[in-house]
Amino acid sequence: MWGDAALVAAKDLRLELRSRVVTNQIAPVAVVVLMLFGFGLDADVGVLQKVTPGLYWVTVLLMALLAIGRSVDAEATAGARDMLRLSGLDPAAIFLGKAAALVAQLLVLEAMLLMGVSLFFHATIKGYVLVFVAGLLGTVGLASIGTLYGALTGGTDSKQTLLPLLFLPAVAPVLLGAVRAFEGAFGTNPHPDDGWPWVRLLGVVAIVYTAVGTLAYGPLLEGSDPA
Amino acid sequence: MNSPVPEKFAGTSASRSTQVLGAVAIVGLALVTFLGLAATGEDQDQKNYYRIMYVHVPSAWLAYTCFGICALASAMYLYKKTQWWDLVAGASAEIGVLFTGLALATGMLWGKVTWGAYWRWDARLTFTALMFVMFLGYVTMRRMPAPFEVRAKRAAITGLIGVVNVPIVHFSVNWWRTLHQQATVLRPDTDVKIDGLMLFTLLLSFAVFHVLYVWLMIHRFRLGYLEDQVESHGLERAIAERQAEARGPVPVGAGQGSGQ
Amino acid sequence: MKHAGFIYGSYALTFGAVVVYAVRIKARARKLAKDLAPKDQRWM
Repeated sequence: MWGDAALVAAKDLRLELRSRVVTNQIAPVAVVVLMLFGFGLDADVGVLQKVTPGLYWVTVLLMALLAIGRSVDAEATAGARDMLRLSGLDPAAIFLGKAAALVAQLLVLEAMLLMGVSLFFHATIKGYVLVFVAGLLGTVGLASIGTLYGALTGGTDSKQTLLPLLFLPAVAPVLLGAVRAFEGAFGTNPHPDDGWPWVRLLGVVAIVYTAVGTLAYGPLLEGSDPA
Repeated sequence: MNSPVPEKFAGTSASRSTQVLGAVAIVGLALVTFLGLAATGEDQDQKNYYRIMYVHVPSAWLAYTCFGICALASAMYLYKKTQWWDLVAGASAEIGVLFTGLALATGMLWGKVTWGAYWRWDARLTFTALMFVMFLGYVTMRRMPAPFEVRAKRAAITGLIGVVNVPIVHFSVNWWRTLHQQATVLRPDTDVKIDGLMLFTLLLSFAVFHVLYVWLMIHRFRLGYLEDQVESHGLERAIAERQAEARGPVPVGAGQGSGQ
Repeated sequence: MKHAGFIYGSYALTFGAVVVYAVRIKARARKLAKDLAPKDQRWM
């Protein structure tokens, strides 16, 4: 199963390396979004610094939506889903592979965004370990939930609007946990805790949705293309 | 499967049972309104505005019932693969949207009186708003144009994922709002000293809302069945027309007027 | 009664929304039933 998952992940990453959509299109959009926050908050560095964790993760969520759309589109052409299903690969492995590829792409994006917020918002990271752990677990949660809902809405006419409607409320816990953890790591935490307790929430979300996706992907693929 | 429907109910989603249930619900709601607005006394701290609770709390409870039935029916659909369970899940979720929305709206009215603002980042209010959007997403995805099996399976999986979503969102929102805001989160509604008649009114309201739910479920189920029927028959009719076309020149007006 | 508007309003909103919803699903069922033969109209 792990071999199959690596195969699927490599396929999605190869697609990305060839098209460079994440690095050449989504990443610049993310930078523009950061600048827009600067415009919207009147370039007040004090305010921007204080709310950096929130702005950072809201940007990540929006960019994740775009990346999930890309990941789903890889199988959007007629019959590609059936091909995947008939390939003999374990559906659980397909899910894990697609989610892993998404994690890799999102982590690259998040690293770029971290540089962006330190440049534009003058944010300084105090807890690197916390940023890394919270970022990784949060990203796994986002990628699992996204891959799952991407498959559930994929191939339909309304997927561009349906995916955010289903995805965003479901990732609310990730946003809450990741922002609180980052507040601890950036030293902007108005609350008494240091951010670590929220990492547990991120861990639970990551584990639960990876398990749910692994279980649900088989029956989901059986349904074949709606088109 | 089709037992004859009495003449007077033909062409409607009503039946003898829905009429009886409907009458019980109307009488029950009238009684709740009377007890809630007139017969019960004032609360010591909340004066009169706790009276909103007699419609707010049952709406919220009913929303959970709707959600639970939807999740159960989703699981049953994946197990049995029958249209019946798919329709039950869809009907329950749509009624859930209605009552979650009502719980949210009446909660905000109560909040305006209690807090002085329609919205506060209160754990329960925030969670209710998120639950409303999640229900809405589920109901919206059920409308996607796709063959029945594909749509029903995806809807069922989405409904089941809700079982995971709801507790996690509930827990995280609660943790977020209570861990840091313990002092400012007002919980006056739990401080209401409930006397016998108040408790009776609340329980009666709870029961009446569930009777109403059953009534709505029967009608919504029958509507869902009609929608599926029209969809499949509409397809049959279109294929028949296409075949008739292929066979030769179609006389003016043919293929129309059937079943009109 | 103080805050009467909010109290009556919440009852009116709740019952009103339920009535509107009920009328709408019943009307839609009636409309769809017209396109179907009587034997196809009812599950049970």
